Amino acid sequence: MNSDMEQRIDALDLPHRTREDLKASLADRDVTEEQFEQILEMIFSEYQKSRIEPCEAVGVVAAQSIGEPGTQMTMRTFHYAGVAEINVTLGLPRLIEIMDARREPSTPTMAVHLLDDWAFNRDRAREVSWQIEAAPLHEFGDITIDMENMQVLVMLNKAVCDRRKISIDEILEAAPRKIREKRHFRDFDVEGDPKSVSLTFTPKNRESYQNLFQLAEHVRQVIVQGIDDIERVVVRKEGGEYILYTEGSNLRGVFEVEGVDTSRTRSNNISEIADVLGIEAGRNAIIQEALSTLNEQGIGVDVRHIMLVADMMCMEGEVKQIGRHGIAGEKESVLSRAAFEVTVNHLLDAAIANEVDELNGVTENVIVGQPIQLGTGDVKLIAKPINLKIQEKS
Amino acid sequence: MGTSLDVLKHEMVPDHQIMDEEEVAELLATYHISLEQLPKIYHDDPAVKAIGSELGDVIRIVRESRTAGRAEAYRLVVKRPKK
Repeated sequence: MNSDMEQRIDALDLPHRTREDLKASLADRDVTEEQFEQILEMIFSEYQKSRIEPCEAVGVVAAQSIGEPGTQMTMRTFHYAGVAEINVTLGLPRLIEIMDARREPSTPTMAVHLLDDWAFNRDRAREVSWQIEAAPLHEFGDITIDMENMQVLVMLNKAVCDRRKISIDEILEAAPRKIREKRHFRDFDVEGDPKSVSLTFTPKNRESYQNLFQLAEHVRQVIVQGIDDIERVVVRKEGGEYILYTEGSNLRGVFEVEGVDTSRTRSNNISEIADVLGIEAGRNAIIQEALSTLNEQGIGVDVRHIMLVADMMCMEGEVKQIGRHGIAGEKESVLSRAAFEVTVNHLLDAAIANEVDELNGVTENVIVGQPIQLGTGDVKLIAKPINLKIQEKS
Repeated sequence: MGTSLDVLKHEMVPDHQIMDEEEVAELLATYHISLEQLPKIYHDDPAVKAIGSELGDVIRIVRESRTAGRAEAYRLVVKRPKK
């Protein structure tokens, strides 16, 4: 093959991959001009055959292609992702979750990739995980309730703090601030002593024991290190590099942490991805999550069907669910909406608002008993009687 | 602190390009559609902000397609509706 042919292939109206495949298979072959023409002709006719025809009901085909294998999925599965023992929802519940575009999945999780300086050393990977995993104050020292003086005493453990790479001052500052801001509990005074590495909390109401115990609970549970939503981090080695798997998801928070690779880290929370990385990343996330959920159950669904669903969900610039609060609920036609769910409400609202149904869609026309605009139903043919007469004569 | 986030560098974010007026006119002519019939993208979408696009622009998105290898998609920048 010569470079002229390569240029001609590039100029063809074919998908990128088809052109690349063609170039690759012709690369070290001698083809005459005549053969080349013939090859192109064959490819064009094959490509035309493989294309979806106009008026084909792709949406119905996609719905059936995902729906039928869906009946074979396990109704309720929990899966432990390998040795990491991180619980993730899979199977049908997960698929429903994706299609419903929930704000928060039932088991949010992230795969945090690390930059080169951190990814190949277990200790350094662990250091990053300390910055991510939410650690309550009681992990850093002993907390005792002094009932005689009505106080809560915190004795920090210097060794633990050093190991976790957090300074005493940071804890002394963060603990009272976080109790006020995140736990919305303000009725206390605090005294920190950096020398004896201790904190003393005194409730404002010094009469009530209930109040004292409440304060002690807040002190115990306040998160002083890490990102609030991330309950657990597991370090795993995969393909030579260390990856952090988390229980809980907070992409924005994790991207701030030093050592995190902001180009590969991902979450299973689709709406979070759409918020942080944009709608196109959200579309990719839907495709990946749906495909991996189906494949994990040994179900092979063609990616085209899932791509169509993802495209529909991301059409308007945000992730919309497939259902009455999303795509199905925003259809133009009253009858079409009424045919889906909550029939009476839609009909009643339409009657009150004096809505008109143009009968453009499929569902409406099935309801009123007209030919639908799909396949042959969309083609308007008029047979001219002149032609018929000519046939009769001959 | 940390490495700064560049949305466009993330592997899940495809290439976003702002189209000039001629390209938009050509696009609309080939598909026989009006501007409003294009899929939308919000003006405060992180990727839109990263390329510095404005309301009314059309963005060409070059996706790594699983079927075609590379595919182009187009979105019109619109204002996020108030809830």
